[in-house]
Amino acid sequence: MNGFDISNLFLSIGQVWTEWLLQLGLSAGWVSFVNKLAGAVLVTAFAVGTVVFTIVGERKLIGRIQDRLGPNRVGPFGLLQTVPDVLKLLTKEIITPANADKVLYSIAPMLAVASVILIWGVVPFANGVMGVDLDIGALYFVAVSSFGTLAILLAGWSSNNKYALVSAFRVVAQLISYEVPLVLSLLVPVLLAGTMSMNGIVQAQAQGWFVILAPISMLIFFISSTAEVGRSPFDLLEADSEIVAGYNIEYSGMRFAMFFLGEWIHAFTICGLTATLFFGGWRGPFVDQVPALGVIYFLVKMFAIYFVHIWIRTTMPRLRIDHLLDFNWKFLVPLSLVNLIVMSLAARLTGMPRADAALGELLPYWGVLLGVNVVLAAVTLYVLGVVGSRIRRRQEAAREPEPAVTGP
Amino acid sequence: MTYAVFILFTLMALCGGVLVVTQRNLVRAATALVLSLFGVAGLYVLLEAGFLAAVQVLVYIGAIAILIIFAIMLTRRMVQGDESGLNRQWGWALVSAVVMFALFCYVVVKAWPLALGAVSAPAVPADSTEALGLALLDWEQYVLPFEIASVLLLSAMVGAVVIAREKHDS
Amino acid sequence: MIPLSWYVLVSAALFCIGLFGVLARRNAVAILMAVELMLNAVNVNLVAFWRYGEPQAMAGQVFALIVFTVAAAEAAVGLALFIAIYRSRDTVAVEEIDLMKG
Repeated sequence: MNGFDISNLFLSIGQVWTEWLLQLGLSAGWVSFVNKLAGAVLVTAFAVGTVVFTIVGERKLIGRIQDRLGPNRVGPFGLLQTVPDVLKLLTKEIITPANADKVLYSIAPMLAVASVILIWGVVPFANGVMGVDLDIGALYFVAVSSFGTLAILLAGWSSNNKYALVSAFRVVAQLISYEVPLVLSLLVPVLLAGTMSMNGIVQAQAQGWFVILAPISMLIFFISSTAEVGRSPFDLLEADSEIVAGYNIEYSGMRFAMFFLGEWIHAFTICGLTATLFFGGWRGPFVDQVPALGVIYFLVKMFAIYFVHIWIRTTMPRLRIDHLLDFNWKFLVPLSLVNLIVMSLAARLTGMPRADAALGELLPYWGVLLGVNVVLAAVTLYVLGVVGSRIRRRQEAAREPEPAVTGP
Repeated sequence: MTYAVFILFTLMALCGGVLVVTQRNLVRAATALVLSLFGVAGLYVLLEAGFLAAVQVLVYIGAIAILIIFAIMLTRRMVQGDESGLNRQWGWALVSAVVMFALFCYVVVKAWPLALGAVSAPAVPADSTEALGLALLDWEQYVLPFEIASVLLLSAMVGAVVIAREKHDS
Repeated sequence: MIPLSWYVLVSAALFCIGLFGVLARRNAVAILMAVELMLNAVNVNLVAFWRYGEPQAMAGQVFALIVFTVAAAEAAVGLALFIAIYRSRDTVAVEEIDLMKG
């Protein structure tokens, strides 16, 4: 056994574990099988375990933002609030409506959780510390996300409830539409990194985080993935004042809890993905010497972005469905298309910097890409202003036709 | 191990397929279609075509299956029909399908026998996804099919919008 | 390694299941689903022959990708047609769409 390298803690633990298994007399094939199984359990445990903390944290934070205390009864500062909540959900009766499609009704919650946990398989926690470094990681993320859409669609249909069905129609309208700008903005980091592997994308950000090189893509990605989670201001799928609770109206007990769990995991998952794709993932000071630090950097970035996510959630009112779709098809999709074209031209013009490029060589590269983004943002704002004022003028003209002539 | 995985995905693909053509409830049939397509994606992974597997899940399950379920919901009165999902000629259809399968088996096993034992195949290059991308954009290889495919998609998109649009004659 | 003929037989079985569906189903959407099964069967075949034939050349995968595109286009146009028919005839059962029969 070579020395236990504390600086690369997680890979070292993996090595020790593998050697221990080999000493037990397992064959190499079984060791790799057990390792993969253990990895899957670990990743799932991370995803589910984090939710326990984010639920309390998010509720406290929402409370503060809305000028109230949040949970404060169970345990010190209300930190143990999740425990009785989970117990309550676990012990509640699982109800299946008489006219529901029983098979699909019970499959849907499992699909909802599975689709988001599967994403964690390709998210790198530190250099090489990840479920599996697929060479198509980014595409894999988009592919498994589609199971989430399917889950909500099936839940809405199989409940045999009109509100749930309305919610299912909204799912198709919202989630499918917002997948378009999501994928188009995801292509920009892939383009800049020259690889679809998540770890490769993080490694490529040694020459500058993509949030500096492609801020517009970052914004589009963040907005459209927030819409994919289906949280305020995009919570039309379960808008309680319009369609009661949408697709999960009939669900109770553990099945409801699974939808809930899926949504909460999804919420910080997209933050983790934003951190990975645009904020350098596990990159940070001294990470090349001490790779284990990468996990801390990654988690800090993820939760910082998660804070912004909660902030948006508590501050923004819900959009109307036609505004939601207009915003996507008339603004995000054209913008992300133009952005993709412009960014690929710019990246082609500047060319990729070498891996060991000095700061002086990097500055023009950063400058050109950032400049292109700023110009694009300015043009977008200008076009928005012109179009907006034209629409406003037309609306005002429609509202008051001809002022009635009164008197001489 | 590989055999177990192969059999698992094959069962998913085939059982899903059988359910698709026999289920009377169309949404269930569409869900079975998802199962079947997922099994096929698994077969792609076994064949070391990871990119195609991901595209299969993305395009078929993420787009086509959801579109089909959506269309079933829109034409909903058909779903709860009491009549059988099969038409009068289903017996002949079964016969022709079985005959077809027997013919395929004859061709594969007897006429042009493919090696039935474990065959060896050349290794897949490590960067096969990159090679696929380069081949698609290579002027001397597949750039024309690639462009035709995109034109096809565009025209299908426009056509679908025009056909499905409600006509407001005013 | 799994023999090539296994993949080919799976593909053949899937194709025949799809064929049965196309011939025997009443609902047009169900027929469309069966067509998708048949296209998938073809794709399994293409990818299997790519893998066991010449994995350096990308012809098999490119062909499979084109089939994906065609399937997507077909599903979009087909479903649009069914919705249009449903609006005017109130059914998507293929036996009842016989306007041209005279």
